[in-house]
Amino acid sequence: MSFAYTDVSMKEFQELQKNFPGDAKGKMSLVIPALWLSQRQNGWINGDVVEYVAGLTGTEPLHVWGVATFYSMFNKEPVGKTLLQFCTNISCGLLGGNELIQHACSRLGIEKGGTTQDKKFTIFEVECLGACGTAPVVQVNDTYHENMTMEKLDSLIDQMSS
Amino acid sequence: MPEKRIILDKIEDKHSPNIDFYRGNGGYEALKKALTQMSPSQILDEMKASNLRGRGGAGFPVGVKWSFINRTFPGPKYLICNADEGEPGTFKDREILQKKPHIMIEGMIIGAYVMGLDAGYIYIRGEFYEPIQAVDKAIREAYDAGILGKDIMGSGFSFDLYTYRGAGAYICGEESSLINSLEGKRGLPRLRPPFPAQVGLYGRPSTVNNVESFSAVPSIINNGGKWYAGLGTPKSGGTKLFSISGHVNRPGVYEIPMGTPWTELFNDMAGGVKDGKKLKAVIPGGSSTPVLRPEELDGMTMDYESVQSKGSMLGSGAVIVLDETTDMVKLLYRILHFYAHESCGQCTPCREGCDWYYDIISRIRHGKGRLEDLDLFERLAKNIGPNTICAFGDAFTTPALSFTRKFRDEFVEYIKNGNK
Repeated sequence: MSFAYTDVSMKEFQELQKNFPGDAKGKMSLVIPALWLSQRQNGWINGDVVEYVAGLTGTEPLHVWGVATFYSMFNKEPVGKTLLQFCTNISCGLLGGNELIQHACSRLGIEKGGTTQDKKFTIFEVECLGACGTAPVVQVNDTYHENMTMEKLDSLIDQMSS
Repeated sequence: MPEKRIILDKIEDKHSPNIDFYRGNGGYEALKKALTQMSPSQILDEMKASNLRGRGGAGFPVGVKWSFINRTFPGPKYLICNADEGEPGTFKDREILQKKPHIMIEGMIIGAYVMGLDAGYIYIRGEFYEPIQAVDKAIREAYDAGILGKDIMGSGFSFDLYTYRGAGAYICGEESSLINSLEGKRGLPRLRPPFPAQVGLYGRPSTVNNVESFSAVPSIINNGGKWYAGLGTPKSGGTKLFSISGHVNRPGVYEIPMGTPWTELFNDMAGGVKDGKKLKAVIPGGSSTPVLRPEELDGMTMDYESVQSKGSMLGSGAVIVLDETTDMVKLLYRILHFYAHESCGQCTPCREGCDWYYDIISRIRHGKGRLEDLDLFERLAKNIGPNTICAFGDAFTTPALSFTRKFRDEFVEYIKNGNK
């Protein structure tokens, strides 16, 4: 199954091209933005995406794989509709981040890194999200949920389950 | 000394991210002054006089860094804003990005004018999706107002500015790996020399500064370098944003003059240890700085020299408070897990060393440690930090050594009696 941008993604990619020099070096800068657009469209980065992005940016697939696997936010396998990312680094860990992730795992019946069978949820344990003043923090897809509590987590999962 | 809000002035207002609100409160006046009344070399003199030191963690004087660029060097030159805020404990830049992006943009345009730079990129960590939206909106507003783009404010000076979204890598906060990431590559630090001022983005002269550093620039232009320097101590000028978190009653970002006593930040502003518990330790400048015991905090003031005189570092101003219930073994285990996860893998001593450190702390934490393990930390450290391209090696050996030296009893207890 091959991958290609939708018209919406392609239009955004073309807009992004204007941010960089037109030569080969400038085109390589587009690898990361192009992977972001791909992930938004496809949910994760697979071999087809890599080939496509390499074609768009005039780079080798091997280079794109290297980039995709270097950065933790590019999903190398499919994730659920709601991606729950729990910070358990210093301040979040001190203030209940570990208990929150354990609670979410047992409630959804999956391990850290796992996805529910209905593909609704994936749970990741992540490193510092840079919001330690409102710890513990859970990132739900693109949005930070700060000063998280068990009650808030439960109602969040309820809301996302329906 | 109370909080002194210069960068954070009026940040609590919900309109604070908007250009109209910013301009209504004196925003972009510094840029106008810089472009119409001052030459680049005059601005550089003010920047040097301000004693502003880089707010990303290393504390290198900003005026000196700006003077490294040869502004008449032909061809494109770049300005980069480091918004890859990732040092555990640091969350000050997010505040600016989300709530007052124009102050950073104003500082960047002034910097570009001084150094004769053509275009700028704000490299924002990938997790900061909402801050990126806020900065993108601010950039659009600035273009619409003739503050970015061609012939800014009719001055003849032109500058373009873009955001770039990172994708999850702590190491990209290091300026040369940030540049590699911005070039669409893996974020591996570069050997220096050559420094970015000679060979930076796309091999061109470039300057990288932190979000907070740029945000301090407008007030220096408005009030003069001497005024800014006078706010702080003789060697650390101005105000600084401190992120205080952990076991503390009022965590948050506080802007205070350099040299403010620790007790004022900790007790008066942050409200002391959470729930009336006793203080066990403080990490004063982010996860990679040496931990301090309560008695070491006596007489400490919040500036580069004072924190250094106590044997630690001010770093990015990320203060993490640990109360008496904190298990130092488990905490170090978590910290070393972080570093083992984040090493870029380029230099063997770091790549192997951080896994080795994590193995050691894992066996101690799980009750399988040996007394020799504590010496092993010491011995390995000598062969890691000095043999790597960037400071990441020191960043993980430093907390390991300071934790095990200062709280040795707790580690020995785990080694002798296991995890209870």
